[in-house]
Amino acid sequence: MKKQGLLLLNSIVVLLCLIGVWQTVVSLNHLPPYILPGPLLVAAALHDRLPSLLSSLLITTEEAAGGLAASIVVGIAIAMLFAQWRWFRQMFFPYTVLLQTVPIVAIAPLIILWIGPGIAAVTAVTFIICLAPIIANTTQGLISVDENLIHLFLMYNASPSQVLFKLRLPNSLPSLFTGIRISAGISVIGAITGELFAGSTSVGVGGLGFTIIYASNQMEIAYLFALVVAATALGFAFFFIVMFLEWLALHNWHESSLPQLSE
Amino acid sequence: MVSQTSTGPVPEIALDRVTKRFRNAAVALQDVSLTIARGEFVTLLGPSGCGKSTLLKLVSGLSPISQGNVSINGMTPVIARELISFIFQDATLLPWRTVEQNVGLGLELEHAARQLRKERVDKMLDLVGLSQVARRYPRQLSGGMKMRVSIARALVSRPRILLMDEPFAALDEMTRDRLNEELLRLYSEHKWTVLFVTHSVAEAVFLSSRVVILAPHPGRVAHEIPIDLPWPRTAETRESQAFEEQVTQTSRLLRGVVHA
Repeated sequence: MKKQGLLLLNSIVVLLCLIGVWQTVVSLNHLPPYILPGPLLVAAALHDRLPSLLSSLLITTEEAAGGLAASIVVGIAIAMLFAQWRWFRQMFFPYTVLLQTVPIVAIAPLIILWIGPGIAAVTAVTFIICLAPIIANTTQGLISVDENLIHLFLMYNASPSQVLFKLRLPNSLPSLFTGIRISAGISVIGAITGELFAGSTSVGVGGLGFTIIYASNQMEIAYLFALVVAATALGFAFFFIVMFLEWLALHNWHESSLPQLSE
Repeated sequence: MVSQTSTGPVPEIALDRVTKRFRNAAVALQDVSLTIARGEFVTLLGPSGCGKSTLLKLVSGLSPISQGNVSINGMTPVIARELISFIFQDATLLPWRTVEQNVGLGLELEHAARQLRKERVDKMLDLVGLSQVARRYPRQLSGGMKMRVSIARALVSRPRILLMDEPFAALDEMTRDRLNEELLRLYSEHKWTVLFVTHSVAEAVFLSSRVVILAPHPGRVAHEIPIDLPWPRTAETRESQAFEEQVTQTSRLLRGVVHA
């Protein structure tokens, strides 16, 4: 516990130093705020525009979380089909790679065209880029079960659904969480990318992506920085929430969870 | 005391000219005939590639037979599964389940009532000395403890037949000897029919009422050796003259098979 507290203190000190360097560079070189605003100006912008920033943050959080949650549900379902029928997996698994290789910047405008601008379209964009890591990792976890464990279940005359729910699914949890961790990181990027194209969801209000464009057009560079800080913080928050859930689910039994925390 | 095969034994497991070919046409077992009476402890001994483990897979119905017939109490292996518990080389525990949840797996899959499950699991853990670690996860246990859990899991479904595929091969010698003694203690109480696979001559002689030596390429029965050591067998049995002689004789026959 003491050690962890020290680590936290260390990272805060590093952060403060970086902010100090940033402010020093800006002050010494007399950089104008429209090129690079100092941290004080960014903090001021954060403070002044807090209500509108929070409403943007809320919209983006909804889209990213919605897209991520949908990709987890749909991804697990597809992975279960893949695990159940080999022929199905051989037929369709290659196409899940397409989900990953398709340039999201190119199809985001299409999706917005089809669904109509708004939260739903951005959530759909997020869903698409989050889906592939979930499917790939969960499928891997579902099918890589020790052969003797399968034999054990056969000796008990276990039904296919017992094999799936009592053996394959728990066995896949570590890989499932690897997938969710990857997708959690890119879900915020996906939502912001979607918002760049989707525009305002209601008059004058939009997510972080929309507001970043707006601030950039208005040359409100300090506000732009504040928005970037908010987006980064959101990504961090997602990541840590998933890490915590992973720890909750796995720390009792899986090798990956304990050592990191006890070190 | 466990009776030998003296009183007109009823065959529990009967293999009749069993042949097993793999998909690549390699012959794992050729014309193997073997009869095992109710309550016999038979050990399969032989070099790698002689088809010992394959034979267990055929008896359990986990692998199909190419030719011949396997019957268990007159039933096919798959139908007879309810009578059989299989113990694998490694403990094959589910890492996300505690010891008691692992031991209760079979009863759970059979939809046994929670109360009954708990009673039988607790009793079994007590019997094999695992009550202290009932709530632990497998990763917190030593290799010997894990194997004990695996045995408890096999016994809790009250099998008539135990199939054991080199269950103690990965353990150190002291742990192995102790588990052998415990296995025999339980065997003398429950009188299962046991088909046991091992590499170790000493283990085979110590445990069995009969040792079957298999020869490789293709796998076939080379020798059947009745082991006439007195029951009950304990740690002292290993120090006896008779034990030494049996081990020496069996080793000689095994060497003959390996170098043939």
